[in-house]
Amino acid sequence: METTLLVGTRKGLLILREAADEGAWRVEGPLCAAWPINHAIADAEGTIWAGGGNAWFGPAVWRLRDGAWTHSSDGLSYGEGRDPVTSVWCLAKGPGGLYAGVEPAGLFVSRDDGESWSEVRGLSDHPSRPDWQPGGGGLILHHVLPHPDDPARIWIAISTAGVFHSGDGGESWEPRNRGTRIDYAPEGQQYPEVGQCVHALAMGGGSPDRLYQQNHFGMFRSDDGGEAWESIEAGLPSTFGFPAVGHPRDRDTLFLFPLNGDQAGRFAPEGRAAVWRTRDGGASWQDLRGGLPQENAFLTVLRQAMAVDGRDPAGVYFGSTSGALFASRDEGESWRAIARDLPSIASVEVVPA
Amino acid sequence: MTAPVVTVHLAGALRELFPGVPREVAVEAETVAEMLDRLEARWPGMRDRLCDGRPSVRRHINIFVDGGRAVLGTPLEAGCEVYVFTALSGG
Repeated sequence: METTLLVGTRKGLLILREAADEGAWRVEGPLCAAWPINHAIADAEGTIWAGGGNAWFGPAVWRLRDGAWTHSSDGLSYGEGRDPVTSVWCLAKGPGGLYAGVEPAGLFVSRDDGESWSEVRGLSDHPSRPDWQPGGGGLILHHVLPHPDDPARIWIAISTAGVFHSGDGGESWEPRNRGTRIDYAPEGQQYPEVGQCVHALAMGGGSPDRLYQQNHFGMFRSDDGGEAWESIEAGLPSTFGFPAVGHPRDRDTLFLFPLNGDQAGRFAPEGRAAVWRTRDGGASWQDLRGGLPQENAFLTVLRQAMAVDGRDPAGVYFGSTSGALFASRDEGESWRAIARDLPSIASVEVVPA
Repeated sequence: MTAPVVTVHLAGALRELFPGVPREVAVEAETVAEMLDRLEARWPGMRDRLCDGRPSVRRHINIFVDGGRAVLGTPLEAGCEVYVFTALSGG
């Protein structure tokens, strides 16, 4: 079985393919005119979408279908008098359509597989919108989790506004941040309704109401679709990191790449690279280092730069801002570098087999 | 009365995004905005590459009309030479 990875980088999209049993990866690209690509996904039919933004030409979603690349930002605009969309930060395909999260934070949906887009006004018009503040990466909507079966249910994550949920296909939204903390707020104001700095949002395998979030200030888990969150950071080397990726089938298994801290350099603790995994929903954590560099490895892994495949055991993949890409075929037990000198990596996804 | 015909010179990086677009194209337009409408009609999506939603010419795109930097409302006259450039930017 061939594995295909979509790697979004600062200098275009790369497609890496591993031929069966060869262990050698072929790199195609940079594609998308070497535009910065923040996120790329594929569906089971083989269509690829890549979202990003270019300093000259603005935001766009690129699409590869039937061997031809096109790009569109038709409708990917807030319209007259509002700050323009600068880039696409995340993509997700669900039963309700193809979604794009953008900067400045907002959500767009396409019902024609990416040819045209329309703004999800219910989110833009949320009464908390004037209070959303940019984080270190800007004011970005960086994760969209559509419910796999129910087109009405969607979760999104914004830095820094927090997690929101819609139960009516995007018409209305409510914040889902109860229990997530802001350490940089005054005492008594650390648990607001909105304003949280969520870094990543992940769904438990086969269990859409089991959510995980890596936050600027900790790791959290919810068992009720984000109505309430509880801390699961005990046992991790830090509260800070970006990616969080669920196992394809087991809702209690999650993979992270913790960083040493927001004001400590934001790299692998002690310069020793490790993926951290829980098998019990966050009650305990194990560091996985086999094959990963353990000396002078000041790796940073961004929020979308880790992915799992659907194999059994699951394959896990992650890429660094320094352009290194690692793969595990045994759920993180052992790792191998499959590329070292790519452009800075923003996202890693697996093409569905 | 027909609109004046101007010659538009298109940046190489823009042409790469729209395969088959020539280096120069003759367009009938009374303003830069109209010129962009004509380009959009021939190559759908091109206006979004050059204009944002405010709407205005993108920050790192320069449109020169007879040597002067233009905005969307800049009027065009017959025989104008319009250059669409990418600005110095990036990393």
